[in-house]
Amino acid sequence: MFGAGGGTSSYQEIEETDLIVMWGSNARETHPIFFHHVLKGVRNGARMFAVDPRRTSTAAWADVWLGIDVGSDIALANAVGREIIAQGMHDTEFIEAATESFEDYAATVDDYTLERASRITGVPASAIQELAHAYGSAETAQICWTLGITEHHNATDNVLALINLALLTGHVGRYGSGLVPVRGQNNVQGGGDMGALPNKLPGFQDVEDEVLREKCEGIWGCMIPPEAGWHISRMHEAMDEGVLRCLYVLGENPLQSEADAKRMRERLESLEFMVAQDIFLTATAELADVVFPAAGWAESEGTFTSSERRVQRVRKAIDPPGEALDDIEILAQLARAMGHDFPTPTAQEAWDELREVSPLHGGMSYERLEAMGGIQWPCPDESSDGELFLHGRLWERPVTTRRAPFFPVEYAAPVDELTEEFPTRLTTGRRLDSYNTGVQSGRYKSPRRIEGAIDLSPEDGAELGVAEGEKVRVVSRRGSLEAPVRFDDSLRPGLAFMSVHFPDETDVNVLTLDAWDPKSGTAEFKATAIRLEPIGASAS
Amino acid sequence: MDLRLMLDRPTGAERAAVDAILGADQSINGRVVYGGRSARAQRHLLLPALHAVQDASGTVSRGALAYICDRLTVPPAEAYGVATFYALFDVDGAPGPSIHVCDDIVCAQYGAEDLCAALDDRGTSYHRSPCLGQCDRAPAVMFHEPGTGYGTAAPVDPESVATPVFDEMPPGLVHQDLSELTLLSRVGVVDPNSIDSYREAGGFETLSRAREMGPDAVIDELKRSNLRGRGGAAFPIGIKWEGVRNAAGPEKYVIANGDESEPGTFKDRLLMESDPFAVVEAMALYGFTTGATQGYIYVRGEYPTAERRLRNAIFQTERARLMGDDFSLEVRRGAGAYICGEETALFASIEGHRGEPRQKPPFPTESGVFGKPTGINNIETLLAALHVVAIGGEAFAAIGTGQSTGPKLFCVSGAVERPGVYEVTFGTTLGELLQLAGGVRDGKDLGAVLMGGAAGVFADRSALDVPLTFEDTRTAGTTIGSGSVIFFADRTDFGPVLARIARFFRDESCGQCVPCRIGTVRQEEALTRLASGMPLGSVDDERKRLDDLALVMTDASICGLGQTASSAVQSAMRLGLPGVPA
Repeated sequence: MFGAGGGTSSYQEIEETDLIVMWGSNARETHPIFFHHVLKGVRNGARMFAVDPRRTSTAAWADVWLGIDVGSDIALANAVGREIIAQGMHDTEFIEAATESFEDYAATVDDYTLERASRITGVPASAIQELAHAYGSAETAQICWTLGITEHHNATDNVLALINLALLTGHVGRYGSGLVPVRGQNNVQGGGDMGALPNKLPGFQDVEDEVLREKCEGIWGCMIPPEAGWHISRMHEAMDEGVLRCLYVLGENPLQSEADAKRMRERLESLEFMVAQDIFLTATAELADVVFPAAGWAESEGTFTSSERRVQRVRKAIDPPGEALDDIEILAQLARAMGHDFPTPTAQEAWDELREVSPLHGGMSYERLEAMGGIQWPCPDESSDGELFLHGRLWERPVTTRRAPFFPVEYAAPVDELTEEFPTRLTTGRRLDSYNTGVQSGRYKSPRRIEGAIDLSPEDGAELGVAEGEKVRVVSRRGSLEAPVRFDDSLRPGLAFMSVHFPDETDVNVLTLDAWDPKSGTAEFKATAIRLEPIGASAS
Repeated sequence: MDLRLMLDRPTGAERAAVDAILGADQSINGRVVYGGRSARAQRHLLLPALHAVQDASGTVSRGALAYICDRLTVPPAEAYGVATFYALFDVDGAPGPSIHVCDDIVCAQYGAEDLCAALDDRGTSYHRSPCLGQCDRAPAVMFHEPGTGYGTAAPVDPESVATPVFDEMPPGLVHQDLSELTLLSRVGVVDPNSIDSYREAGGFETLSRAREMGPDAVIDELKRSNLRGRGGAAFPIGIKWEGVRNAAGPEKYVIANGDESEPGTFKDRLLMESDPFAVVEAMALYGFTTGATQGYIYVRGEYPTAERRLRNAIFQTERARLMGDDFSLEVRRGAGAYICGEETALFASIEGHRGEPRQKPPFPTESGVFGKPTGINNIETLLAALHVVAIGGEAFAAIGTGQSTGPKLFCVSGAVERPGVYEVTFGTTLGELLQLAGGVRDGKDLGAVLMGGAAGVFADRSALDVPLTFEDTRTAGTTIGSGSVIFFADRTDFGPVLARIARFFRDESCGQCVPCRIGTVRQEEALTRLASGMPLGSVDDERKRLDDLALVMTDASICGLGQTASSAVQSAMRLGLPGVPA
């Protein structure tokens, strides 16, 4: 939609905005640094809405929490858009001057009455209306989301539905208004920026654009395949088809982090050859033919990029242990072993090459990054200090660059349907003290740790006739596991939650479905249909 | 505020009780919860909500606490900390009625232990309570009937103690000629439940007079009157009111401190119970003069009659449109915490927190309740201020002595013939006050007198000639304090008296300052060891230890509680009272 994949706004803007909508994001636990800025905003007087099936610790801070059904976000967003239009709260000047396809959007959302959206989402119409009026009338507003939006079979549509709202109200491209996908790890943003995406060159330059590709080929002195590569879900298919037979895994633990773990194991085991490069011997690495021990963050030189697009220097503090090497060194040695003349660049040399390739980073010399305490892209050359927020161009009159188009999207229910046989909706997520499959966080103790349990509402627990700590069998259409029950008031009856952190004890991805979004390749971790069976044996 | 809510659920009655305070729960079907700012803005209703469930069921159950926390977005651990801070919230008990027996120093003279023994014999459980402020008709009990509320009964005897009958404050407990009095002139004459009766006696005329004069003129009169606060600190009232008036910002508060908890003090109870409209009129005057738009009357939790009558008085005053257009007044009920008489602790209590005092400065006139400029005075002071405006500052200043002007109330109790509240002019001697109360009971000789309650000092016969003024008592090393004067007959054993005082401070220390939290415990332990003849080391060692504790508590506690927790014990040792280790 806007071209580049990054949050439009800076952390300081959320501290000064009028309205914060946390939509499918439990940032309180999954991005506490960002949430600390949110709290400053709340303290400074911002109203806050939380849209989340669970009443999370983030939602507990909200003025209004909307407990939607898992996967019904588009119905909610479209109804909000319809209500804003119906009330004449949309920014007609902005729409006229800076956007395209408004009529298509208006026609699409017209079907999403408050009542219909209420039926789909489970949220009362009055609350949907309240959100619409708050967003439509706010002077400045930020919509922030995380995996609650993106870990669905229609992830991209979910994001588009939110972006449409920002275009409708002009809540983008202005200080204090914006769209903020909150990244779950310190350098997720940086990974994408560097071109670790199947269809992008560094700086989000389209790999299928001949001019851009040729520019890179000139700098790199090699041929770049002219078609976009495969995203991870397509790779899974290719493995199933036997087309993809060799896999090089860097810093990932797909055996445990991907949906439908049983199938994932079959896939990885069917490979002819697998290389794993990681700082720990992960479950995936144990399946690998070759393992490259890599250096950790304190053992490497380089940069991190935060959710506000701020590139910051990282400095090596200690040498990597044993045979572990810096990622750059491993890649260079590998290239040389393959017969290329590939001297190992320093981190700074690699960075300076990136600056040549990526127009977003051109002005970010190490000296300037250090002197300025980090720089927010885009920073095309050294005359630029970077940008606090993106898309200010949409407020130029006339808009001389490309207008931002509305992308109307329709609601589609989660793939894994709730039926009599599988009546309970399981959703997954992270907790404050743990990270993903626990490769990094499982190694230290935490007083807050909740080991792999299945969280249920106390009402569901009573109906099932189980006490806290008692084990139940959790069955999905793909697999089953046993887990102790934990009661959680943030859940309503019919909604269950498991964290993803303890794949060795309770591998939730045995249950999840690998239906995936054709546009982004993200799997639907957030919506699994399950049933619960008491097994009578106490956990303790 | 990270909510980790408990899973316990409230009963229907508990939910209804909380909703009556917080408004109906707007949350819908577990799908929408209204929280955040609107919930946090109600945090100050935590104590009223706890009261509501305690009143309804006789206990604060986990389910009720969880529901309150959910509504206010207060973490349960924090709300539990608040609930357990206040003695009248029972978080552990079973639902049902309860009895609180006052076993404090005055009721002890009147057979409190016999009441406890009678209850023990019957197997009826009860709570021992610090002074219930019923010293003029000791011994007293307070009881609570779920669904009905609190009541006090005094005097009670061992036969009836298990089935106390609610006792409306009988009018006319004043033993003086009302026509000669000012502060007490309406007690027993004006119907405390009727605004018409109050107006017939000239009520609300002073307020209208003040509105004609304007705030600045009111403050001038107060300054001219040299009226000083009656709560113990004797701060000049004109200066305080002017400070609030001149404070910046539109949001200001005025508070009537009716948390009269000093043992042996009950004058404010008498005023609130018998002349509640005057309290309301004085508060309206306070608001008008300072520009505050919100007032609170913070009433001791042990004063149910006062609370009820004040609420009624506010209701009738508002209905008669006499309160003033931009002033609203609300009663807040304490919950059994002596420390909340300390003004900054009282602010914390109104805000819905544990009643822990704050460091001063900033002073309340600058940053008081909710961090806003606040004027706070005790009940007697407010009625005196009302009287200043009624008769003029100069006329008021002519009463009493130069430094101590106006009428003054004393709560005379203990070993006297006619315990009660006495109104005298400053300069009356302690001996004259004793004569007003009919002298020592049963024709005995005077043993000692405790002036200023548990936080005060013991004096012997030599104090009888000292005029009761701020300046003369200071010179003589005694105090006016809260106006509590407890007489003890000759041959009293003061050992148990000191033990009770020490226990009182140990119970009532808020625990915030280490010297007080630990010192009050150590003081009680030392006194217990001495009383049982088993000193740690020599008796002299123990005395020295008590002196050290006194020094560190006085020097290093931030509020008056810690600073005075050793005062009575020290003075008793200095005087060498019977039963006190010399």
